[in-house]
Amino acid sequence: MELLSGGDILIRALKDAGIKNVWGYPGGAALHIYDALYRQDDVHHILVRHEQAAVHAADGYSRATGEVGTALVTSGPGATNAITGIATAYMDSIPLVVISGQVPLTKIGQDAFQETDMVGVSRPIVKHSFLVTRAEDIAETIAKAYYIASTGRPGPVVVDIPKDVTDPSYKAAYSYPSEVKMRSYQPTDKGHRGQIKRAVKTLIEAVRPVIYAGGGVVIDNASEQLIALAQKLNYPVTNTLMGLGGYPGTDRQYLGMLGMHGTFEANTAMHHADVIFAIGARFDDRVTNDLEKFCPHATIIHVDVDPTSISKNIDAHIPIVGTCTAVLTEMLSINEQMDIEPNADAIAEWWAQLDQWRADKGIYTASRYEESSGNCIKPQDVIKMLYKITNGEAIVTTDVGQHQMFAAQYYLFDKPRTWINSGGLGTMGFGLPAAMGCQLAFPDKSVACVTGEGSIQMNIQELSTCSQHNLPVKIINLNNAALGMVRQWQDMNYSSRYSESVYEDSLPDFVKLAEAYGHVGMKITHIDELEEKMRECFAMKDRVVFMDIDVDRSEHVYPMQMPGGSMRDLWLNKTERT
Amino acid sequence: MKRIISILLENESGALSRVVGLFAQRGYNIDTLTVAPTDDDTLSRLTLTTQGDDHMAEQIVKQLHKLIDTIKVVDLTVGSHIERELMLVKIKATENDIRTELKSCVEIFRGHIVDVTPMTYTVQLAGDSDKLDAFIEAVREMGIMEVVRSGVSGISRGDKFLRV
Repeated sequence: MELLSGGDILIRALKDAGIKNVWGYPGGAALHIYDALYRQDDVHHILVRHEQAAVHAADGYSRATGEVGTALVTSGPGATNAITGIATAYMDSIPLVVISGQVPLTKIGQDAFQETDMVGVSRPIVKHSFLVTRAEDIAETIAKAYYIASTGRPGPVVVDIPKDVTDPSYKAAYSYPSEVKMRSYQPTDKGHRGQIKRAVKTLIEAVRPVIYAGGGVVIDNASEQLIALAQKLNYPVTNTLMGLGGYPGTDRQYLGMLGMHGTFEANTAMHHADVIFAIGARFDDRVTNDLEKFCPHATIIHVDVDPTSISKNIDAHIPIVGTCTAVLTEMLSINEQMDIEPNADAIAEWWAQLDQWRADKGIYTASRYEESSGNCIKPQDVIKMLYKITNGEAIVTTDVGQHQMFAAQYYLFDKPRTWINSGGLGTMGFGLPAAMGCQLAFPDKSVACVTGEGSIQMNIQELSTCSQHNLPVKIINLNNAALGMVRQWQDMNYSSRYSESVYEDSLPDFVKLAEAYGHVGMKITHIDELEEKMRECFAMKDRVVFMDIDVDRSEHVYPMQMPGGSMRDLWLNKTERT
Repeated sequence: MKRIISILLENESGALSRVVGLFAQRGYNIDTLTVAPTDDDTLSRLTLTTQGDDHMAEQIVKQLHKLIDTIKVVDLTVGSHIERELMLVKIKATENDIRTELKSCVEIFRGHIVDVTPMTYTVQLAGDSDKLDAFIEAVREMGIMEVVRSGVSGISRGDKFLRV
């Protein structure tokens, strides 16, 4: 057997785990590992400018490809800077392996320079974590880390490696395990057949059904099966924020997103539904509104790979633990064998009602906000233009706030893994590094980071990473000169007292800033320039372009659920409510 | 209601902190906690007691099961089970009549006096938590100097067992 140092074992194990790209930042406790990286060509390392961005980039890479993302950081501040990225991935069930250097075993517990108990600090926000204490254990730990991260309900795994474990003066035998088996971890994949049968029967007998599909459908690559089932039954589908693209946004059966900023038709349909088929969704508080008033008429079928998601917030009448793909495939096959059909008249009547709601108050059937004119550019129109210019085929990442909701509402995602956002944790600063991850994975695709002047400044240093590693992302900055969502809430709940949500002329000149990093900057202040400039932007295939677009400062995101109400209790605009 | 939850855990560093952390993170209380290796020293057996309704108990069991180091979890209170706790109590016993009364009390509760000084008696008592509580009430007036309780250990009755 080959004898290798701990550092070499780690890098070789990454290669054997099929890892091509690692995002990271070196430092003292990780130097043996970085030296091992230097002496090989199999694993490509992308140097970021802040460890948070390393984890977000690995996360974006994972969301766009379905592969496990990998980040490498040093101990202490390197590790703690990674924490926000890890928490972001944890909330959205994204498979990551984050490797952190640690002070030598002999120094652990002595408050050594750059020492942080990474396993302890990260404990509540990881799927699992390891502290490796012997070079001999590195390969097996790495294999376990990737196995745990990518199976069951995916999530981030931390592998903390003390510096002496990677010391080149000690060599250990290398072998990478051909398979991983753990007696304490055996995730369920197939759902209970009897329960699935009951679910199919209940679904077919429904008269006002809604399919409520979440991020699990995207993560588990179950989109095809979802489309097949929905279209076979001719049932309406709504996607969660995390589920966008899981069911095609331009399909007739699609009701739009549901929840706090969901469409009128999706939220109202949920409220009146007699059967809700929740698949890969978790009844998040940003979906349900007041739990007491949630969907009073509905029988709930809930499919999730994580048993703790089921009946956590809303009791499921038919719970099914299994992966979305396995359960949907089984449902399709059971449906074939059953000799009952949906009640065509009832479903037609339900569709007539849904189409009526759509026509009356839907955001896609008419413009529900004032048109842009002159220097007043509506943020919604920017997203619609982005959709038009990119033919709806871009990978869109976002930061967090109003721009995120406008993008979710107005860019119609037809394919999974093209909508990349921090849904659960709501991490500002996610968009740009995540876009880098997507661009690295798909060098020939248009990758747009829709952001705001608040969020972009949380990781703007990554413009430098884009230069070094040739990642020509396009930044669409909806600049309203305020923390828009904060201001919206201050308008609605705090009598427009804008406490610390404005910058008072302190914003940088983003065009010059982009140019300082060697990129192209564009400033848009008039609606008439938008289309041409945006075409120009996306035509520059090999350049980072920063489009700084002044948008209407007073615009709010609507619809918006009213606090303490049911799903259908919505503000439709500043004056009109349901 | 009181729940006794029993967990079979990989005997690895950090495993216990994950269990304890989970309770803090999810807002559940731990009333008692005992943990020790089993006959197989790669495994730890952990018993904890908490309060909660059926919904909460179900979530706790599911959340515990989700931890990667957890092999098996059972809510013992769902079925017939045996519950034991060990208690050591040091009681002020300077006067003869107190000593006599204490001895008879220990006998009634089937405990043992395991240490004696001119000033104190130390009593060892095992049983379910209610019995231990009752003993404390019975001797409270005599002057309790110190109480130490092990926390509950539990095992199910009959042919059911928790092992790998």
